[in-house]
Amino acid sequence: MTVSRRAFVLASLAAMTQRAQAQGYAGLGSEAEGFALPTPGYRFDFPADHGPHPMFRIEWWYLTANLRDSEGRDFGLQWTLFRSALQPGETVGWHSPQVWMGHAAVTTPESHHFAEKYARGGIGQAGVTATPFAAWIDQWQMAGADPSEVRLQADGTDFAYDVRLKAEGPLVFHGQDGYSVKSADGQASYYYSQPHYAVTGRLDLPTGALDVTGRAWMDREWSSQPLAPDQSGWDWFSLVFDDGVRLMAFRLRGGRGDFTSATWIDTDGVTTAIPDGRLTLTPRDVTQVAGREVPTTWDLTLAERDLSVTVQAINPQSWMGTSFAYWEGPVAVTGSRTGRGYLEMTGY
Amino acid sequence: MTRTAAHALLSHWVHRPVQFITLVLGLALATALWSAVQAINAEARASYASAANLLENAARPVIQRPSGPITLEEYVTLRRSGWPVTPLLEGRLPTPNGRVQILGVDLLSWPDVVILGDAPDVAPEDLLTPPGRLIARPALAKRLEAIPDLPTVIALDTAPAGLVLADIGLVERLLNRTGQIDRLELIDSLPQTDLQTALPGATLTYPETPDTARLTDSFHLNLTAFGLLAFAVGLFVIHGVSGLAFEERRGTFRTLRALGLPLPVLTHLILAELVVLALIAGLLGIALGYVLATALLPDVSASLRGLYGAQVDATLTLRWPWVLGGMGMALLGALTAGAQGLLRLRRVPLLAATGPDRWASAAARQFSIMALGGALLAISGLAALGFGGLIAGFAAISGLLLGAALALPALLRLILTRIARRARGPVSQWVWSDMSAQLPGLSLALMALLLALATNIGVGTMVSSFRLTFTGWLDQRLAAEVYLRARSDEQAEEIAAWLTPRTDAVLPIRFVDTQLNGRPGRVYGIIDHATYHDNWPLIAAGETPWQALQNGAILVNEQLARQVGLWVGDPVALSPGWQAEIAGIYSDYGNPHPQAIVGMSTLLHHHPNIPNRQMGLRLDRADVPTLVTDLRATFDLPVDAVTDQRQIKAASLQVFERTFLVTGALNVLTLGVAGFAILTSLLTLWSARLPQLAPVWAMGLSRRDLARLEVLRSCGLAALTALVALPLGLALAWLLLAVVNVEAFGWRLPMFLFPLDWLRLMALALLAGALAALIPARRLTRLAPATLLKVFSHDR
Amino acid sequence: MRFDCNGSDMLLELQSVSKSFDARPLFTDVSLQLDGGETVALTGESGSGKSTLLHLMGALDDPDSGDIRLGGTQYATLNDRGRADLRRTRIGLVFQQFNLIGSLNVAANLTFQARLAGREDQDWTGHVTARLGLNDVLTQSTETLSGGQQQRVAIGRALAARPDLLLADEPTGNLDEANSDRVLDLMLDLVQESGTALFLVTHSEGVAARLSRRLHLSQGRVS
Repeated sequence: MTVSRRAFVLASLAAMTQRAQAQGYAGLGSEAEGFALPTPGYRFDFPADHGPHPMFRIEWWYLTANLRDSEGRDFGLQWTLFRSALQPGETVGWHSPQVWMGHAAVTTPESHHFAEKYARGGIGQAGVTATPFAAWIDQWQMAGADPSEVRLQADGTDFAYDVRLKAEGPLVFHGQDGYSVKSADGQASYYYSQPHYAVTGRLDLPTGALDVTGRAWMDREWSSQPLAPDQSGWDWFSLVFDDGVRLMAFRLRGGRGDFTSATWIDTDGVTTAIPDGRLTLTPRDVTQVAGREVPTTWDLTLAERDLSVTVQAINPQSWMGTSFAYWEGPVAVTGSRTGRGYLEMTGY
Repeated sequence: MTRTAAHALLSHWVHRPVQFITLVLGLALATALWSAVQAINAEARASYASAANLLENAARPVIQRPSGPITLEEYVTLRRSGWPVTPLLEGRLPTPNGRVQILGVDLLSWPDVVILGDAPDVAPEDLLTPPGRLIARPALAKRLEAIPDLPTVIALDTAPAGLVLADIGLVERLLNRTGQIDRLELIDSLPQTDLQTALPGATLTYPETPDTARLTDSFHLNLTAFGLLAFAVGLFVIHGVSGLAFEERRGTFRTLRALGLPLPVLTHLILAELVVLALIAGLLGIALGYVLATALLPDVSASLRGLYGAQVDATLTLRWPWVLGGMGMALLGALTAGAQGLLRLRRVPLLAATGPDRWASAAARQFSIMALGGALLAISGLAALGFGGLIAGFAAISGLLLGAALALPALLRLILTRIARRARGPVSQWVWSDMSAQLPGLSLALMALLLALATNIGVGTMVSSFRLTFTGWLDQRLAAEVYLRARSDEQAEEIAAWLTPRTDAVLPIRFVDTQLNGRPGRVYGIIDHATYHDNWPLIAAGETPWQALQNGAILVNEQLARQVGLWVGDPVALSPGWQAEIAGIYSDYGNPHPQAIVGMSTLLHHHPNIPNRQMGLRLDRADVPTLVTDLRATFDLPVDAVTDQRQIKAASLQVFERTFLVTGALNVLTLGVAGFAILTSLLTLWSARLPQLAPVWAMGLSRRDLARLEVLRSCGLAALTALVALPLGLALAWLLLAVVNVEAFGWRLPMFLFPLDWLRLMALALLAGALAALIPARRLTRLAPATLLKVFSHDR
Repeated sequence: MRFDCNGSDMLLELQSVSKSFDARPLFTDVSLQLDGGETVALTGESGSGKSTLLHLMGALDDPDSGDIRLGGTQYATLNDRGRADLRRTRIGLVFQQFNLIGSLNVAANLTFQARLAGREDQDWTGHVTARLGLNDVLTQSTETLSGGQQQRVAIGRALAARPDLLLADEPTGNLDEANSDRVLDLMLDLVQESGTALFLVTHSEGVAARLSRRLHLSQGRVS
């Protein structure tokens, strides 16, 4: 039953995405449907921009964390709230065009637990408020006075977590001051992150409850044109090196060639945007996951920073079998620098 | 060579168009009966499958608030505190031809959204944002499209039957009930929090119908059994018809072979011809079956709705399984029969065989073996009863039916030999002994007739018995003149106060869903009133059951008593700390679930907060219309809130009328097909008959006499078969009433006998026999003497 | 007196009888008479129409033209039922294939026509049965009998009713020589005892010679 239910929502949302893409491709511009488009030179307005932007088609509050327990075992945690607008704008009541989707997961070296939720906007079952900051869907929530200090909770049939996050550094903005280009054609999004969270809290797993600590990274992104028409998926990395330097890197795979982008974040939070073509990402090893081949070991090089590392999945089976199925899990970094991070791969 | 031979084979049909028509019609009829039953079966199953969401709904725990609707805010609060619930809003949508049930769901959290899985071209924004979409089965969708100002209707085969589905946002607008929710369904396990804290005043009701599957199982088994019967009868016919095609052309085959046509070529030609015939007749049969099923389906669906509360769409869709099944049946039947014919063909000597076949003693041996096998089958079927269960019941039925069919030829032979021995006149002696001699050729057809007749008697007796019992029971059970359901407890209180001076009595109907000896069931509380003492149908009771009831004892329904094996005097465990002694057992037809009755004070002692919204009213029958009108005028009541007891009875009885119609139609058809089997068998035997008839004719019986005797003989065999069918049918009825009913529904019905039906059936059997013999008999009266004389010629 | 050959005791008369088969004339203008108790043999080539002539005499078939009378009853005036009555009460038939009724046992076969005609004479039947040597097989099924026995049952069945006329079509055609002689002897004896006239079709000169008169059918003419 759940499978078919997912099939329905997946089919509907896929149809939606396709339509968005088709519009982008035909160059008709989303204004025709009333959606707003990201423009370069946007001045972010906080705390308001921590909240939702219903005039844009898609948006997310995407949190991943690398955690360890007292015995030094590695764990991954994911908490994501997606907003997807059927039509621009928000109304009160069931008729709201805003659809919210939540994903939560816990990854251990041996197992991967995940859950999914859907809700409509307009009735209060899911949403985000900027002040005080709260993002929620049903009983899952991320809330605090502002995003720099929040409590994060979620649960599924076979897992639950309750952790506290405290930002130890500034927000960082990707691309051109938060205007992040996603293809040679100019598809773009607004994109900023809080990569400096320290985490403490508790995981509940079928094997028992665990106290954990670690680091977390939240991405905030909104847009109306997710991908160029020829782009089939992406590989996205958020890496925290042991020396405190951080790297966000992604590759959008396209029929006309890949599009790469990265942000180098120094220990003091100063960012350098790395334009298309500088970063090389080479799959080294693939794993059979959910009936497909997914690269779970990568070679990542960035010559201008003397970076040459191998990124390896802590649990190669970190498959999110949700309506949008994708791979999302913690990774370990070795090579010229060492560290931990998160990897997300779609379109495999 | 092949073309010439094919031409020779086929030209036979050109010269014998009637035979060709008989052949095609026989095959077509058998296919039609089979595919009609299959079509109905498939439609019912499909309806169940797609209505599975509704059954699932019933199977999910429900949260309601007796005092009124749940608000949207409360729903969101529940969700945000971790309650896995989905909201439902229900109502009736006025349409030009009556109101239509509409169900609003949150399409994002409703688990049964699966039914939209294959909806074409439905974008989420169409469903979720204004103006929205209505979803209904094609037939209902068509009705709705005609109504102006309604949103676009999506016609979907997989939509729930009998209602319109839409997003709750649209439904609250259509029903003008913004922000309201009628009930919540629990879609996952219960959270830790207490419901009263989460939603004060709400009640959680566990599914009342966990056993629905068994009911529908039983219905499907019934239909499948009918389908198998149709299959058996159909195969007999096809066998007979194909046999006829062979027998009639024995001479042609012989000549063709004598002229040098190799046997393999002839075999292939015949096979090809059989396949083509089967295809033509099969298609025709499927078309006929479709028409038949279309005609019967409205009644079947009405019956199902009445008996099981299950929704079956009254429109038929062409479904591949039964179309292919029908074709397969026609092909398989024709080829099986053909294989036998082909085997015989290999043995056709180039020169004609002389003298009568020496099969009499061989047939006797074969009959004995069949009878032995039949007896074993019947005994093992009855032995299966020892295992208990529905399947065992049906095993016993099929064992008995098949066993009896197998034993029929031997039995008939025994009877006929006895009669022939006692016959005085030469003609009667000949007729009786000749019947016995004809048995090998006719036995299949007679077996088909036996099955058709026995089923007719069995099912007829069951339905009639059920009807008689049920009508009497309804009269007792629905003793109150008017039944009423208020919107809320407050309204009920007002109504009761208003009613008290206007009626003889207001009987509150209050119940709680709880556990009865560990099984989910419903417990009613009643006040002490003569209505119950005088009318309630008790099938077993202690000395003063009604007095005992007011002292804390309990009455349980037959279903519960039989399921848990308790009887009067035994204790029943209810909710924790509540145990009561059974003071009586009452029959409770139409309800598959455990139920019990206690004194109202006892019920309220254990469950103080149960709703009090339903009541039965006692008053003078003549005052009912006025009271109902006044009630409706004074109080804001839903349309279906006030029910005149006569309406319930009429509706219940109508179910039976429809069931009768359907069983009647199927029975007559089965009989017709069985009659057809006799006809084809007689035609097949025709050429073998002439050497038997010619000497008698030569010795001084006119062709007319002989023709009359042929009809008599056929009637005689049909009548004897009917005599055998009677006890068999009664045994079948007993199995249905006392075994299958108890297993499937939990109640045992008394068996009533309907001798007039038997007479009617006997007449029908005779008619079938007579009609079947009519064609051969007519042929006989018109037979040229030369044809008969050929029997005597030296070189036949 | 029964053996007188004068016309006063005439039983069967054919006058100018013609019959064709598939538009080919079998015989034309055949006239002949048969007296009560007389035994007549008809010989002729295969396919000459001997059996057809016998069928006409037995009211089993109709002539194309001409008149047939049995004891004064004109066949042409009878309907189907009348002919059946005539055959039942006055004519006995014996065929080459025996044509017994398979579903009846020997005893029932023997008495079948007599009972059908409503004149079963138990003494006479007993006598015939004994003469035919069938007493031991009375309760048996006919299909268990030998060919000779079956033909004796057929003869017994025809004569048990004491018909005026016995029509026999190659009665010994299916039997070996020893059986053939014995069956013929029995038939002639019994015919004489019951005073029945016999018209016998045969291709055998030897058989024909044993009867009192002999006719030959050739080229459509009886001589």
